[in-house]
Amino acid sequence: MSPDETQSIQSEQLVQLVKKVYESVPFYRKRMDGLGITPEDIKSIADINKLPFTSKDDMRETYPLGLLSVNQSEIVEVHTSSGTTGKPVVDAYTIDDIDLWSEVMARTLGMGNITNKDIVQNAFGYGLFTGGLGVHYGARRVGANVIPISGGNTIRQLAILQDFKATALTCTPSYCLYLAEVAEENGIHFTDLNLKVGFFGAEPWSENMRKEIEKKLDLKAIDIYGLTEIIGPGVASECLEQDGLHIFEDHFYPEIINPDTLQPVAEGEKGELVITTLTKQGTPILRYRTRDITFFRSGSCACDRTHRRMNRLLGRTDDMLIIRGVNIFPSQIEEVLFNIDHIEPHYQLVVDRVNQLDTLEVQVELNEKSFSDEVRKLEEYERKVEKDLHTALGIQAKVKLMEPKSIQRSEGKAKRIIDNRQI
Amino acid sequence: MYIKQISVFLENQAGRLYDVMTVLADNNINLRALFLTDSSDFGILRLIVDKPDDCLKVLKESQFTVNITNVIAIEVPDHAGGLSGVLKEIYAADLNIEYMYAFVEKHHDNAVLIFRFESAEAAIKKLKDKNLKIMSNQSVLAE
Repeated sequence: MSPDETQSIQSEQLVQLVKKVYESVPFYRKRMDGLGITPEDIKSIADINKLPFTSKDDMRETYPLGLLSVNQSEIVEVHTSSGTTGKPVVDAYTIDDIDLWSEVMARTLGMGNITNKDIVQNAFGYGLFTGGLGVHYGARRVGANVIPISGGNTIRQLAILQDFKATALTCTPSYCLYLAEVAEENGIHFTDLNLKVGFFGAEPWSENMRKEIEKKLDLKAIDIYGLTEIIGPGVASECLEQDGLHIFEDHFYPEIINPDTLQPVAEGEKGELVITTLTKQGTPILRYRTRDITFFRSGSCACDRTHRRMNRLLGRTDDMLIIRGVNIFPSQIEEVLFNIDHIEPHYQLVVDRVNQLDTLEVQVELNEKSFSDEVRKLEEYERKVEKDLHTALGIQAKVKLMEPKSIQRSEGKAKRIIDNRQI
Repeated sequence: MYIKQISVFLENQAGRLYDVMTVLADNNINLRALFLTDSSDFGILRLIVDKPDDCLKVLKESQFTVNITNVIAIEVPDHAGGLSGVLKEIYAADLNIEYMYAFVEKHHDNAVLIFRFESAEAAIKKLKDKNLKIMSNQSVLAE
């Protein structure tokens, strides 16, 4: 589909969407009235920047079903975020929404050439979390054999991987590395397994972490993107070119804005991703501020898909650390760490404030093979990491070597930051 | 002629040394010498034990980060200038000491010092013709 055709469809959909939410969602009617706009002001997709934003706080304040746009009887399923940082956010799906979700997740799996001949071991958590069921619906749509093992129970994951010969794995990138570690402890070699592709998402990860995963699990690692507020996974995905994520913009309209001015950034500049659900029925969302930082990739993809691409996430605005005036995302630190021998691909960042200055301690695990009985050598490793962080990112961090396997492993999203600042 | 030394990586965390000693006790491994060194972040525990290979195995099984290095035990006369005489020979052999520590017990009337050189094998070659009492594994462990 050409960009013009896509835009004309998007325009039509946006006009319908705005009418619908204005009539059926008091929250959006109030917002639009507040801005002095009516549905008649929205004539094409170019008018989208007249519309109000939706924030995570808005979604919390309307918890649980304040953003519902259909009769509650039409809802067939709900999912929520974990709510670890406050009230959870809710996505309520009609039967058409589940159909849409299946479609975009089937596309995601198709990006990695999954067909009905494949066996998908789905280690995303099943339940209120969208990861498990999202992949499940997509795999069903493709006709693949889905193994709904859910997250955790790592020894069993490995046994099932061996016994059922999964060709694809889906989980968070941090859990995938933990799986690799437990496999190694148990003498299981991924080269003996049938995995050819993995779909990883639900947390930001770096290009070097991808390399590590591909090396350790002997598969092609695909970055997938989505969020509960929009639909769950299935908003965007890399293809096998691994050169940016194609956004499924026929359903999810992306904008990138400057989070301070709220204006669109110049083409190719990085900013906060904002998404409008063009076709979702249950809880349609106008201009959701994802807090994820990325930029639009220019040019066309070698795979010939025409959907616009965004760069893999650089981080989240709320994960951003400001260390002595330098803005930094954990994924940038990860990128540096994964290039260094002597340390394991597990890390934790401890942020504190001493005498009004933010300090960063980077805890890394010593690689067992690099252990030396000489203090000097181990201290050299620490200095090496500190120097690389400073060279690459301009930050002064204190590096602390930890015992192998001492940093807590995660079965879902990894907790990378411990913030001890009292502000 | 060299002695096997076990080194253990320890995070600076309460109880870690106790954890190591408990593993050794449970496996009936007897300590001959021990030296703990630390930086601001971590420590390295160096051990001479009666059963080094077993010790390496059980510590690894208990998830400790461990390695084994060859060191040299040299008898040092227990009088003023004793160590100086030994160091003079080492210096004459053009060897660098990475670190050293002492046994608690004496061997006959001599003190026993453990020396870590870059390579124990190379060091023994250079030291064997010197006027030094390099101890065998058996005599170190026989105490």
